[in-house]
Amino acid sequence: MEDTVIRADGLTKFYRMGEVEVQALRGLSLQIKRGEAVAIMGPSGSGKTTLMNILGCLDRPTGGEYILDGEKVSGLTDNQLAGIRNRKIGFIFQSFNLLQRTSALANVELPMSYSDQSNSARERAVAALRAVGLESRMKHRPTELSGGEQQRVAIARALVNEPAILMADEPTGNLDSKVGQEIMNLLLTLNRERNTTLLIITHDPRISAQTQRTIQIRDGMIEENLQ
Amino acid sequence: MKINRVLRETFTSLSANKLRTGLTVLGIVIGVAAVIAMMSVGQGAQNSITSQINSIGTNVLSVSAGSRARFAPGGANNVRNIRELTLADAQAMIDPFQAPSVLAIAPILEGGNISAAANGQTTTTTVNGVTTSYFSIRNQQVTEGAFFNDQQVSAHARVAVIGVDLATTLFGQTTNLTGQTLRINGQTFTIIGVLKSQGGSSFGSADNQVIIPLTTARDRVVKRPGTSVDGIYVQATSAAAVPEASTQISNIMRLRHHVAVGKEDFSVLSQQSLLTTATSITGILTTVLGGIAAISLLVGGIGIMNIMLVSVVERTREIGLRKALGARNQDIMTQFLAESSFLSLLGGLIGILLGWLISLLIGQIASAAGTALSPAVSLNAILLATGFSIAVGLFFGIYPARRAARLEPVEALRYE
Repeated sequence: MEDTVIRADGLTKFYRMGEVEVQALRGLSLQIKRGEAVAIMGPSGSGKTTLMNILGCLDRPTGGEYILDGEKVSGLTDNQLAGIRNRKIGFIFQSFNLLQRTSALANVELPMSYSDQSNSARERAVAALRAVGLESRMKHRPTELSGGEQQRVAIARALVNEPAILMADEPTGNLDSKVGQEIMNLLLTLNRERNTTLLIITHDPRISAQTQRTIQIRDGMIEENLQ
Repeated sequence: MKINRVLRETFTSLSANKLRTGLTVLGIVIGVAAVIAMMSVGQGAQNSITSQINSIGTNVLSVSAGSRARFAPGGANNVRNIRELTLADAQAMIDPFQAPSVLAIAPILEGGNISAAANGQTTTTTVNGVTTSYFSIRNQQVTEGAFFNDQQVSAHARVAVIGVDLATTLFGQTTNLTGQTLRINGQTFTIIGVLKSQGGSSFGSADNQVIIPLTTARDRVVKRPGTSVDGIYVQATSAAAVPEASTQISNIMRLRHHVAVGKEDFSVLSQQSLLTTATSITGILTTVLGGIAAISLLVGGIGIMNIMLVSVVERTREIGLRKALGARNQDIMTQFLAESSFLSLLGGLIGILLGWLISLLIGQIASAAGTALSPAVSLNAILLATGFSIAVGLFFGIYPARRAARLEPVEALRYE
């Protein structure tokens, strides 16, 4: 199996905002190995969210090449990108993004609605909730869960299709530091035990200090690459 | 996405906002119910008119002089020197060689607005002077007593068969009337039978009439010169033979009255020609009523579109999330289309039920008001309303669904 999960080469991304052209990424290259835990840091407007969107196949780069888990992503259709997001990427958001009207279990089952393996959806969702320590609360709705519990549901949802890479955008940003640390511990444990590549975007140096590597981004380029 | 998952998602998202769902469905319910009710009333009107026309008899033709074209007023009025129909004309029609398709004939004398008195009561009625063949040709039946016979006709007998409405008016009862005395235009008649009710009131009341022998009528009630008659009913050998009989009668009459084709001073009308006209009129009526009702269905559809557009905006983040989790554009589209079609289908089903109840109610009101209108909910109307409501759901759902499907995942996720 390919050892490098993410291989990006000279990624550029230009937006046009009215008359002004914004260069969000300016020839950014990076590689992330399978099983690595990497933090991406940078000030607001540095382009780290844009980078995350492109690495997460939610957006396309204007130029450059991106190979995810051995698959060349640039040039795929919308539907193919949706398939890649479904199979290879698990997203964890700052604001959890759970569907309020359904149970934790139904939320975790959601990604499997869009994959071919919806037959065992129930068992797999239960297993994922067990992995994040929430098997006792899976019938609860998000509104009946604490912030930390909600983020655990979101992590279970990200895990359920056994993706190659977990991408977390400020996963502890809406949590207090104690709960945030618990979530970090969970993510790092999953990273270690399942060899799932972990990519975290954060402002918080205490978070980035816990990953193996931190990539600093400034003005759409990599500033430093701390090992 | 599997169908059962789509259905489950549809159900949870629609039940998340029950009031809104209910109100949206209500729009379709009203539209479909209106269509069903209006079409059933139209259909009921058609049925009732058709049955009244059918009561004339399936194989009966009516011949009248141009000036008294009974079923087509003014039909032959532009022809000058109209000759009255006579008993001789009637006899000529029963010629087995020139008119093999004619089975029987019944000349008739008609008198409207004639006073009838009995039992201390007085009213006005229609008097029909007929021969005995009239009863079989017009398929008349008695509930009591009997019709007069050929001897009574020859003898100018003063006997009468009366309709039930007249019986009720004069005697307050419809039984035990044979042998009672009735005064028509001051002449004394003996009641020998009571006609079975024929219902219907559109062609004058068939139940408010007196039938007396043709001979007696000419002498005493409906004075006409010579042997002239007001009309001749002709019975064809079968319903299929009606057109041939019509041609044969016309030929005979043209010869007897010395008129050319197109200059006829008489008219021959069949029940079929009446039926065709009536059906086309009630068809237009049904279409117009249904069309007006369909406007409310359209409004209901716009309601669906409105709600779906609101829903797309409200759920922008959800759409972004679903896309991030691997939903393709068509998955999002399917989900929103499923919701809008479910709304309209549900509305359609409830609407059919409600429309059916409304048509029952209209039937009750109509019968309470004495009108013979029983609305009929036809399978066609149900299929049309169901199909139309699903089509409305799809049509008005497509635009919001496309908007949802086309959202960029990044933009949608960022939406507050």
